[in-house]
Amino acid sequence: MRDQKNKPTSDKRKRGISRRKFLKGVGLGSGVLSSGILGGPLLPEASAVAQAAEVEVAGPTPAPIELTVNGQRKNLRLEPRVTLLEALRDWLDMTGAKKVCDRATCGACTVILDGQPVYSCSVLAIESQGKNIQTVESLAQGDSLHPLQAAFVENDAQQCGFCTPGFVVAAKAFLDKYPNPTREQARLGLGGNLCRCGTYAGIWKAVLEAATGRRDSQRGIGQGGGSNA
Amino acid sequence: MKAFEYAAPSTKEQAVALLGDRWEEAAILAGGTDLLSCMKDNLMAPSRVVDIKGLRDLGGIEYNPQSGLRLGALVTFEQLREHPQVLSRYPGIVQAVEGVTSAQIRNRGSVGGDLNQRPRCWYYRNGFGLLAKDEQGRSLVVDGENRYHAILGNEGPAYFVNPSSLAPVLIALGARVRLFGPKGGRELPLEKFFTIPKTDSEHENVLQPNEILTEVLIPAGSWQTATYEVRQKEALDWPLAAASVALKLGGAQVQEARVVLGHVAPIPWRVPEAEKILTRKTITEEIAMEAGKAAVGQARPLSQNGYKVQLARVAVKRALLRAVQGGA
Amino acid sequence: MPEYRWPEIGTTSLIGKRINRVDGPEKVTGRAKYTYDLKRPGMLYGKMLRCPHAHARILSIDTSEAEKLSGVAAVHIVQEPGTEIQWAGDDVVAVAAVTEQITEDAIRRIKVEYEKLPHLVREEDLAKAGDRVKPFTEQVTGDPDQAFQAADTVVVEGEYGLPVVTHCCLEVHGQVAEWEGDRVTIYPSIQGVERVAGQYAQALGVPASNVRTLMQYVGGGFGSKVAADRWGTACAQLAKKAGKPVRLMLERKEDQEVAGNRPSDFARIKLAATRDGTITAWQSESWGTGGPGGGGSPPIPYIWQIPNQRKIHSAIATNCGPARAWRAPNHPQACYLTMCPIDDLAAKLNMDPLDLVVKNVSLLGPRAELYRQELAKAAELMEWKKNWHPRGDRSPGPMKRGMGLSLHTWGGGGHSSECQVSIHPDGSVEVSLCTQDIGTGTRTVLTIVTAETLGLPVEAIRLNIGDNRLPPSGNSGGSTTVGGVSSSTRRAALNALEQLFLTVAPSLGVSPEQLEAVGGQIRVKGDPTKSLSWKQATAKLGVASIKEMGKQPGPQPNPGELTSSGVGGVQMADVSVDVETGVVKVNKIVAVQDCGLIIDMKTAESQVYGALIMGICYSLMEERVMDQLTGRMLNANMEFYKLAGLADIGELVVHMWTDPEQQRRGVIGLGEPPVISPGAVIANAVASAIGVRVPYLPLTPPRVLAALEKGGMV
Repeated sequence: MRDQKNKPTSDKRKRGISRRKFLKGVGLGSGVLSSGILGGPLLPEASAVAQAAEVEVAGPTPAPIELTVNGQRKNLRLEPRVTLLEALRDWLDMTGAKKVCDRATCGACTVILDGQPVYSCSVLAIESQGKNIQTVESLAQGDSLHPLQAAFVENDAQQCGFCTPGFVVAAKAFLDKYPNPTREQARLGLGGNLCRCGTYAGIWKAVLEAATGRRDSQRGIGQGGGSNA
Repeated sequence: MKAFEYAAPSTKEQAVALLGDRWEEAAILAGGTDLLSCMKDNLMAPSRVVDIKGLRDLGGIEYNPQSGLRLGALVTFEQLREHPQVLSRYPGIVQAVEGVTSAQIRNRGSVGGDLNQRPRCWYYRNGFGLLAKDEQGRSLVVDGENRYHAILGNEGPAYFVNPSSLAPVLIALGARVRLFGPKGGRELPLEKFFTIPKTDSEHENVLQPNEILTEVLIPAGSWQTATYEVRQKEALDWPLAAASVALKLGGAQVQEARVVLGHVAPIPWRVPEAEKILTRKTITEEIAMEAGKAAVGQARPLSQNGYKVQLARVAVKRALLRAVQGGA
Repeated sequence: MPEYRWPEIGTTSLIGKRINRVDGPEKVTGRAKYTYDLKRPGMLYGKMLRCPHAHARILSIDTSEAEKLSGVAAVHIVQEPGTEIQWAGDDVVAVAAVTEQITEDAIRRIKVEYEKLPHLVREEDLAKAGDRVKPFTEQVTGDPDQAFQAADTVVVEGEYGLPVVTHCCLEVHGQVAEWEGDRVTIYPSIQGVERVAGQYAQALGVPASNVRTLMQYVGGGFGSKVAADRWGTACAQLAKKAGKPVRLMLERKEDQEVAGNRPSDFARIKLAATRDGTITAWQSESWGTGGPGGGGSPPIPYIWQIPNQRKIHSAIATNCGPARAWRAPNHPQACYLTMCPIDDLAAKLNMDPLDLVVKNVSLLGPRAELYRQELAKAAELMEWKKNWHPRGDRSPGPMKRGMGLSLHTWGGGGHSSECQVSIHPDGSVEVSLCTQDIGTGTRTVLTIVTAETLGLPVEAIRLNIGDNRLPPSGNSGGSTTVGGVSSSTRRAALNALEQLFLTVAPSLGVSPEQLEAVGGQIRVKGDPTKSLSWKQATAKLGVASIKEMGKQPGPQPNPGELTSSGVGGVQMADVSVDVETGVVKVNKIVAVQDCGLIIDMKTAESQVYGALIMGICYSLMEERVMDQLTGRMLNANMEFYKLAGLADIGELVVHMWTDPEQQRRGVIGLGEPPVISPGAVIANAVASAIGVRVPYLPLTPPRVLAALEKGGMV
């Protein structure tokens, strides 16, 4: 039962030694300090204490965080628990990545982190510092769509569009890695994204069509039999 | 998610010092694909999150014909999938990795994280506790919705299945794990790493709250490996049952066999009964089927998961055939 | 007054062609702003504390600790102590704070005591439903008893069923509310921007004129987003209390539990035919749940006008989130419960089901001949006659292949709609109406209709939708939108054009009736040399824009008018079943679909593709899993509430039926009909492959293996 919701939060502040005080005691200068919520007992060994003291501890209150999004530095103050997705959406107003499942399943929040597609709902903003974060907002140049985006439009690879940015980013990362995918690679390559309207036929075609050097994706899936074609 | 403080140490000594003696104190963050979900669902509410991705000696894949394969705990699924030696020598690992059909997960999901992720039991994930009991202490699983639960090792009170993709194949390969804690390192067979908890406060493995799994060591040896997962979806989905096998062949004959089931028991489930059948045999469809049958000989399905007995049987058969046929 | 007709078939430059979705670029770039994406100045984040019990009475609520938390701006009790809660996840207390994180902390600090009450959350076993069963009246047609007992009669009996499935819109339900004095602006995620305004006015006790509703994009609805909802009102109340805008979006878990679902239906069915395959009698005892209210009765036997029938339905009241319209309400269930027994009957008669259906086609009513033609087309695209085999694929190996078929119908007549088309002196054109594009392509359709009517390219049209101050149009539900809005827009555009003709006719020295708008010109019919460019023509308006209304009253009965009602289609599926694992893969689905006049072939086909994929989901994977012990939905996520991915769909072949006779019926809706048949076609294909009926959807490995064990061919 989700009783946690109804329980008053246990006040950990009363227990244990304050980490902040301790860290200050060992001479940690500026940098990010805990507000002392840690309720652990004393660390077991003196050497470990010394080790820990060398490490900056951020939060739980908002801490300065610098993100590099689409090549631009963004300075924020965020609690460590803020996910990269939340930071992008709620603090930077970059809402291309969507919160849908919020549990690393559906792919609507996909961004590219140092060249690799990831679920931004399951990455903390604070751990994304120093990484190159690329979002869907970076792909089009003004009104000029990225060829992959153009292929999405051309193949009507969207309906309500809520999964679409996540798919576009996942597909971009996929094509960066497999510039000439087979149909089968493309079929399996986007297994980390879900759509509810059912736009997969168009997405599949769009990805193959956008692949450089491949224009033989015209046959097979999604060929409408409509006579007005 | 409850608020926590965050630290990103750069050595394992620092990391261990930042962990606590109790699970509530700190959690280890690697890829985060499971940890953050658990925290959002209030299954864990650590006061501190220790991000270990900066630990220098936790990465890397090293292959050496004399010593075998070493996998740092931070090695991602995608790195495994692309490593030439893993690809050529350990198809069973690659097949397990490719069972995770999400590039996003493979890019973040790590070896250590895979071995330490929490069960997907839907009672647990909905806040009814690891052992999923009602207020009177009775199991919710036994009389409840148990289609995805354990058919082996399910004498209770644990009925969840171990969700690891890699554990079965790594155990089949005789892998050992290294753990690092405040008193230094220790090493043990991966098979001994996993445990079936008897109380809600126990975990599913021997890792202590202040320890880190640092690496996986696969001893040298010429093994034919394969993994077969039965999944309903080809897009991202959890296996309903899986089997990994490792065979040491002399010509066509099996000198030694290891068969490990996944997603059927609270721990990766090694089945000596199946291994025995295979020894000094040539793998044929019939032998593979016989081994599959033996693998589930001890299965005791719950009210809704009898089908998993069949799936496990088939997974063993298909993994064996895949192992001797080479390809995927 | 102009004649309100569609252009002659074959004369159009845009209508019926393959035109790209006009808002495609906004969507693929992530620029499209959905409700969830809105951030109003000073906006707070709202969340709801929900009841963890399926049936309980609220005893007490203590919000004091939450209110003390720094950053919390408003706390609103939605259901007071004493209230009886009927399903887990129902709203109890709403909170707004400066960040989502603080709101969550505040929610955790609220203490609510409940008295737990007995619950029922499972309905598939009628015998266990006890006093929750609400039987409907038995309905009898003809003489079923006599028909079942008649000589030379073949009877099949079976139990069939479909579980509750959820809408699982990718954008969860929710809204942003913002007050200015006693006027409130709501940004809902909704299928009816205009209608929902009235609901808010009523719930908030403010004059209707004080409520503004605005929405440009919605991340899926499928029938579940037509109400303001209690959480919507609560959001507005939080915003009022806090004096700041509040965004309250449901979490995925909540959305799955409380924001709508499709009712289940189970049935014991008896079906009879004479030995030559003439269907004679139907008997059904059906039941299902739509939540606490029980739910309605499925229209079975579906489409087939079987002469002798006996049927009784029972609704079961469960402590589960209430049902909402789910794409083609009741039809997928009714279709499944009908087309599966028909397929089983064909098997028992040793007939190809296609032959059985064709033989009985006259029982399909006025659309019988069209169904016959569509069956033939689908059979051709599927190579049915070449590939069909009697039940049970005898080929070696564990992969068994089979085919199934089904047919369906839907209304889809356009709803009432008003539209204003403005032609400005600078040549720009605006189309304004309070409709919404829920992903179906409404924007694209309206743009095409206006551009076609005015002889302009689609880029020349500016469209204003999603604002309740615009001329009213209905909810986007029941596939009624496209017929309604395309018709009102056509009317308004024709009216506006007539005014433009009146203005420019003197300068071309002809009467207005002699003019036409083609290719960006206003020209004299039959004498293209006498023309004005569009800009020259509109410049003659001086400073006064043309603003003309078009009103579509609803569906029209006669052919040749703008919208009528009644569509249908035929589908066939080819599947492979791994009989060792029970895993089903769709190889191919063929969909032949009529829907009157098609405005945009590209987005029309997308509707069908999407319906087939949604159909694959509910046929093979989707199922709300309720736990009787805890009263909770165990898979209120997207991990174990399984949806097909790109890798799971197979080859989809869509054939839009575009014969002139159908096109003359005007524009008819398309969103619902193609989602009706997939359950039956896939289940029938599985039965064909493995030689035994798997009675319940979804066709998961345990169900397929259980059926095989009971009597499969393997």
